[in-house]
Formats: sequence, structure tokens, C-alpha cells
Amino acid sequence: MSARASLIVASLVLGAVLAISPACAERLIVSVSNHRVTVTPNYSGEELVLFGSVEKDAQTPAGRNNYDLVVTVSGPRADMVTRRKERRFGIWINTDSRQFLKVPTYLALFSNRPFDDIASPEVQRRQQLGLNNVLLTQRVGPDFADVVPNDPFRSAFVRLRKQHGLYREEQSAVTFLTPTLFRTGIPLPGEVPIGTYDVEIKLFADGALVTRTETAFEIVKVGFEQFIANAAHNNGLAYGLVTAFMALMTGWMASIVFRKD
Amino acid sequence: MQLYLPIADIPVNVFLILAMGAAVGFVSGMFGIGGGFLMTPLLIFVGIAPAVAVASVASHIAASSFSGAISYWRRRSIDPILALVLLTGGTVGTALGVWTFTLLRSLGQLDLLIATSYVILLTTVGGLMFWEGLRALLRARRGGAAAIRRPGSHGWIHGLPLKMRFKRSKIYLSVIPVVVIGLIIGFIGAVMGIGGGFILVPLMIYVLRVPTSTVVGTSMVLTLVTMIFATLLHAVTNHLVDAVLALILMIGGVTGAQFGARAGQKIRGEHLRLLLGLLVLAVGIRFAVELVIRPADLFTIRETGGGV
Repeated sequence: MSARASLIVASLVLGAVLAISPACAERLIVSVSNHRVTVTPNYSGEELVLFGSVEKDAQTPAGRNNYDLVVTVSGPRADMVTRRKERRFGIWINTDSRQFLKVPTYLALFSNRPFDDIASPEVQRRQQLGLNNVLLTQRVGPDFADVVPNDPFRSAFVRLRKQHGLYREEQSAVTFLTPTLFRTGIPLPGEVPIGTYDVEIKLFADGALVTRTETAFEIVKVGFEQFIANAAHNNGLAYGLVTAFMALMTGWMASIVFRKD
Repeated sequence: MQLYLPIADIPVNVFLILAMGAAVGFVSGMFGIGGGFLMTPLLIFVGIAPAVAVASVASHIAASSFSGAISYWRRRSIDPILALVLLTGGTVGTALGVWTFTLLRSLGQLDLLIATSYVILLTTVGGLMFWEGLRALLRARRGGAAAIRRPGSHGWIHGLPLKMRFKRSKIYLSVIPVVVIGLIIGFIGAVMGIGGGFILVPLMIYVLRVPTSTVVGTSMVLTLVTMIFATLLHAVTNHLVDAVLALILMIGGVTGAQFGARAGQKIRGEHLRLLLGLLVLAVGIRFAVELVIRPADLFTIRETGGGV
């Protein structure tokens, strides 16, 4: 009796596996050149390299070689406000604003060719390919929603982040070294925020998502930088006193060094 | 040489920051002003977050005004009694200012208020000083009656009670206007986030008729005490003081302040006032232009926290 039950379970599991397996015809194996970027006093940004390969198995349709790849790197999330100035009584003042909730402070999308060639607009939207399709939640009155890509606040937000190199989109950054081996650079400018970065890699073939995988890296302060940051946050008063004392010492030293008489 | 700032979280060019500190230090040593109204916009321009800039500049001003104050002390051009009386008013003013600041922030539009008060204050004070300096200069040029310093005009201020003698400044004055001026400076400083030296100096010269020789040094003492308190307050409440940034600014600042103080002693009083008037006026006009001209980008982004 129990043997039959286990047989049913086994066949159910097998069925389930078989049901998913067509989607798992390929596997992605990826790695980032450095999983822990350390911030030291002479840190001024870094470029990581992501490389990986597409592993095929028996289920892979024969002759499928034209893969497309989209890499999304998203940094730690934060709330941000975008404000718009308007002219009132002859002067320019902030009038309207929108709050973006828990949006990535760093966001980079890389692909091997233009998103339009990789998938249909519908798939692009569903898979959040491109800065126009990434979900950026706004607080609109009492609701939370993302709006159309050409919303003035959303496009201004993306444009300003792009100007600082914190949002980027490059549609030829991923290079296939062989039909299955690929690499891409992840440029991190000096002002990128500290924290954990998620990297999502999506593999497309014939306009459809084949498989996806994730990896991550972190940017951390170490040594001196970490010590200062911790002191400022945990011992505010002592930190302030030391800074004030430092100010007095510097002033006093200068007056001695430059004393003429 | 690039250096990563631990609190501001960006890499900066050390020499650029040093040069900025030295330039502002020179100006502050020369005129006896803190220079916060010059330094903060410069730091924001370099890419440092406004909140970190304001907090770190306070300690930079403390350092350069301390070094300046020491050299003025040696020249016996600080009036300790006058500084003390000003400080009593200043402390009350600061407390009132912080309270008003909180109130205004809860009402919104604080940014606009700060920007407009900057414009009004800087252009009025700068314009007046510039005009007065120019007239004094022309008078001296024409070879007429040599510029009348302290014409002994006994206005209503000199009729007030509670008079006391400020020996070093050689004035005999009621403490009431001194305390009130200290109060105003403390209040403005707390609301606008500036030391207030550029308002204090003209007020001392024109209202209290303190001789130019002790004005600068004494105003530096007031700036020093206010900025030490501001540093502590920022460190305790916002945790945004970047000690590394502050140290670079200080080193540049104190060096500049020494040369500035020396240059200031060489320049004649009228010229000094004319120059300071021009500088203050220029910054005021720059702020005014920013308000009136259509900005290059109508949008701005600000992080409001709630991260990770």
C-alpha cells in the first residue's frame, strides 16, 4: 500500500519535473570577478567583470545557437524625491514633487544587442528590459504605481541618475566570446552607494526567456573608512568632540607655524 | 590625488578641496567672517551632499576662525568683554533659531525661505557696505576732510541704560544693543545655517561704532563659539560631519586665514569694507540670479532615506 503511494508521489514529482524541464534546457553559469569590493581611502570606483557560459543539455533544441543575454545590476534601494521647479511671482521655486519608493540607487542594464531585436515590446515590458521598462514605484496620492515611461517625473529621474553614471543602459556591452561563452563589464563610478548589489542574468532565444540566474556582490567600507563611518554613527557626541578638538588644534598649529614675531 | 570621503561617500581630489579651503580661509581671515556662505555652495558644486557640506563646513569655520582669533589676540585686537556680552545674546538667539527652523520645516517651503532670505540679506548688507566704502574712498580721494571714523555721534543707542565700558574697544556703551545684536546673529545663523560674521561685522561697525581694529577679531570669537556648537549639534543629531573632509578643509583654511589676516591688517579700513561689500553683494546677486533665471534643469533628485 505504502509502496504504491510512494510510486504515485514519485510519478507526480517526475511529472512535475518533466513539466518544467523544457524551460531548463539551458543552464547559466556565471561569476563576478570580485564579490566583495572594498572601499579604502584611495578607492575611486572600480570595474567588475561578469563572465559566464550557457550550458546546453539533451533537451536543448538542436542548432539553437543565437542566444541573447540581458544583465541587470541593481544597487541598494532607497526612497527618493524628484522635484520640479516652476515660476511663481517671478522666481523659480519647487512646486511639484513625486516620491519614488525603494528604487535602486544604482541600476545598470547590459545586453548583447538592442532590446528591440531581442524580444517583442510585450516581453520587454514583462521582463523589465531597459530603463524604460524597469519598475520604479512612485507614490501617486494614496496609491503606489509605476507610470508610463514618458511621465515627466520618471524620465527626469532616470535622466538625472544617468548623468551621474548611476543609471546606465548599454545595448552592446555583453560580448559573446564563443556562441555560449560571454562576458560584460560592470562599471562602478566612485560615488556608487555602499551596499549589496544584485545581478540578474536573463537568457533569451528566439524572442523568449529561456532561463535566468542571479548572483550578487557587495561594496563595503573597510579599515579607516569603516572606522570613521562607525564612529560617526554610533558615538555621535564623542565624534563631534574629537572633530571640534581637531579644529582647535589645527587652528592653533597654524598660528604657531605661521607666527612671525 | 583622489581620496575617498568616509561620510560623504564619494572620492574627491584632495588638492582641489585644499585650494578651496585656502581660498575661503584667506577671505575669512581678511574680513573676519566665517566664510560658510562661500564654502557650502562650493562643496555642493563639487558633488558633496548639501547636508554633509553644511555639517562639515561648521568645523572648518571653527578651525580657521580659531587660528585667526589667535593672531588677532596677539595683536590685542580682540575685545573679550564685548565678545562675552555678544555671546550671551547669541546663545539665546541660536536656541530661538533652532526652534523656528523646526517650526518652518513642518510648514514646508523652508528651502524657499532660506534662498530668499539669503538674497535679501546678502544684497542689502553687501550693497550698503559697498556704497559706504565707496563714499569713504571718494571722500579720501578728493582730499577733503579725512574719513571721519567714529564721528562721536550720540544716537539713541547711546542713550540706553545699563552702560558699560569696553576697554579694548575704547567704547562706553549700553549692553542692550550688544545683546540684541548677538541675539539676531544667533537667530539668523541657526535658521540659515551660516556663522553670520558678514552681518555681524557691519552691525558692529555702523550700529555699535566699534573701531575697525577690534571688530574683526571679536567677531571671530563669536563665530568660533557658534561653529563649535554647530559641529557638536550636527555630529550628535545628523551624524553627517565628515571628519576627513573637514580636516582637509581646515588645513587649507587655517593656512589661508593666516595670510588673509595679514593682508587684512595691511589694507585700509575703507578698502576692506568696500571689498567685503563687493564680495557679499556678488554672492547675493548670484543667489538672486539663480532664483530669477530659468534653471538649466527644472528637476532635482533628493534621497529621503528609507533605504535597503
